Amino acid sequence: MSTGIDKTGIKIGMWLFLYSEILLFGGLFVLYAAYFYKYPEFFSEGGKELNRVIGAVNTVVLLVSSFTVAASITAVQRKAKKQAIGLLIFSIFCGVVFLVNKYFEWGAKFHHDIYPNSETLVSGEVGLNIFFGLYYVITGLHGLHVIIGMILLSISLVLVMAGKVTESKYSMLENAGLYWHLVDLIWIFVFPLFYLVL
Amino acid sequence: MIKTESFYDTPAPAGLTGIKAWLLTHDHKRLALMYMWAILFWFVIAMMFGLLLRTELMSQGRTIMGPEVYNSLFTLHGVIMIFLFVIPAIPAIFGNFFLPIQLGTDDVFFPRLNLFSWYLFMFGGVFALISLFTGEGFPDTGWTFYVPFSVEANSNVSVTVMAAFILGMSSMLTGLNFITTFHRMRDKNMGLMQIPLFTWSLYATAWVQILATPVISITLVLVVVERLFSIGLFEPDKGGDPILYQHLFWMYSHPAVYIMILPGMGVISEIIPVFSRKSIFGYKAIVWSSMGIAVAGSLVWAHHMYTSGMSDVSVFVFSLLTFLVAIPSAVKVFSWIATMHKGSIEMTPPLLLALIFIYLFSVGGLTGLVLGAVGTDIHVHDTHFVVSHFHFVMFGGTGFAFFAALHFWWPKMFGIMYEFKNAYIGAVLTAIGFLFHYVPMFILGLQGMPRRYYDYLPKYETGNFLAGFGGYLLCLGILIMFGNLFMSFKRRIPAPSDPWGATTLEWTVPSPPPVHNFVKKPQIKEFPYDFSEVGKREKNGEKSRKIL
Repeated sequence: MSTGIDKTGIKIGMWLFLYSEILLFGGLFVLYAAYFYKYPEFFSEGGKELNRVIGAVNTVVLLVSSFTVAASITAVQRKAKKQAIGLLIFSIFCGVVFLVNKYFEWGAKFHHDIYPNSETLVSGEVGLNIFFGLYYVITGLHGLHVIIGMILLSISLVLVMAGKVTESKYSMLENAGLYWHLVDLIWIFVFPLFYLVL
Repeated sequence: MIKTESFYDTPAPAGLTGIKAWLLTHDHKRLALMYMWAILFWFVIAMMFGLLLRTELMSQGRTIMGPEVYNSLFTLHGVIMIFLFVIPAIPAIFGNFFLPIQLGTDDVFFPRLNLFSWYLFMFGGVFALISLFTGEGFPDTGWTFYVPFSVEANSNVSVTVMAAFILGMSSMLTGLNFITTFHRMRDKNMGLMQIPLFTWSLYATAWVQILATPVISITLVLVVVERLFSIGLFEPDKGGDPILYQHLFWMYSHPAVYIMILPGMGVISEIIPVFSRKSIFGYKAIVWSSMGIAVAGSLVWAHHMYTSGMSDVSVFVFSLLTFLVAIPSAVKVFSWIATMHKGSIEMTPPLLLALIFIYLFSVGGLTGLVLGAVGTDIHVHDTHFVVSHFHFVMFGGTGFAFFAALHFWWPKMFGIMYEFKNAYIGAVLTAIGFLFHYVPMFILGLQGMPRRYYDYLPKYETGNFLAGFGGYLLCLGILIMFGNLFMSFKRRIPAPSDPWGATTLEWTVPSPPPVHNFVKKPQIKEFPYDFSEVGKREKNGEKSRKIL
């Protein structure tokens, strides 16, 4: 029976949802931990085959886009509509860059006959098969989340343009932003686990 | 009392008419009723499948169906009962209807999300139906979808698994909604220790839903991914480990057991004090035991896997943790009994069903200890003993709590009273049938009869026949119980706002409630189970209800 919009409540709901998303990836990280324990040397061998430069570029791209999304919320709060639109478009563009990089990265692997159920992996060492299997599942699911995040940001962008998101009512944009930070956060764990520590 | 329009007459959002007033509604009460009809439909279907299974087993050899159909049927029985009945039943129906009212508010925090959850639920059900009639037919993997069989089987596993995934989403979003409502929509004067226990149990359940469901989601996704791309994450030939699947599966599915039972315990905690006319014993202990079960219950999953291959240390740890969960459960049982001690007990159908719950649940809980102890578990693992144990908890527990909740809140939800005599007959017959049905299974299990087998040795015939006989009695009892409830629509004896002499907020509003639940500002009691006013009223000769 409260009047007005309860922004804190909406944020609590969103945080709970993000929490469940983290647990979703948590299940995959459990698999990673168990198989890393089982096949440490193959994980190390597989990790060295991944392209660290592309991985690092993607990390930077996501971090920057996370900042611009946060900045766009501040811009909306300060009634700087044009600035907010510009920042959002830049963030979505970063998402595109990330996916394009991913495409080239995966494409190169496919070219070397490294993909699920490929001849090289099936007839090769089982440890490597598991490493690349996890690599494709985790980065694939993360890529899916990048796409969902971009869709959410695009919806927010349209709403900002239409004037539906204003300095007093910006929960949609804020939640889309939170989701985008989640995508970023998960990548922050995926990147070292596959590219760096091995 | 002021005459008010019930929520049946007021669409929400306003302006919707006819079927749209239901299909597009944001009203938690309408959604609860829509869940109710869908869930009852699935319950009856799965019950019929169960009856067919037990009929097949009544005599040796082929009775009414072949082994393939049998395998599909027990899978279907499990999947429907778990994902479409036991998990959603109490939270989605009674939780949706009464959680906001018990908190003194007009709706859940995210009404549109609530509607979306309902659509996910229906969509998941439709998916399950589709998998039945397309492709290579319904899976025969059992509801656990264990690898490698679920990855290799030709049957329609992917679609069924996706159905379970969608239903998981639905229950998770409901949980998210409840937690937010609990924190943000509660009446400003209601402190944490003034919240009714049913709502507390839903809160604990919601946390388990959010904690555990994503793990099953990813596991089910992995099954589909394996079927599509055969990566081999669970395939020993390709370096995978099938046991890991079982870990991931039970990491969700054991907590899911508490998703199923906690709301049932909440229902019982409401019913017992009302009909004992006495404040609940150990309110805080019950609250903390709910949260304790939610936490401890999430850490015991591997007790399903004692025979799958685990180190002795993990077996020891998981066995110990399993025993620890028994403590908060027992706290609740003792609190209910202590509430009744020296109470002024008034027998009604909901109370009778609650008492049956306590008895059956205790048997289920105690036999759980037989399974939690490694030595005995290895003897009875995957036998009918296990089947009987979890049916005592799931059906004797949650099932009877569901029936009790139906009888307790029926007058409030529909504004009409049902016939008591037939309700008693139905309840007693269901309980007797239940015992006839499942007690023989304990004995069969101890004698060594495995679960999920199509055929058996001659020495198990008597037990299986008895179980089948009990099954028919059980179904007859449920038929009478439901028939009696539905007859109330015909007789239309109006129910007063508080037919039982209860104290929580939902009994202060008209039956059925108006669209915004409260006619005037809710009066929050110092303590939700304070019966002094009810006692005074009854001393003055004012009967809370007519004996029917």
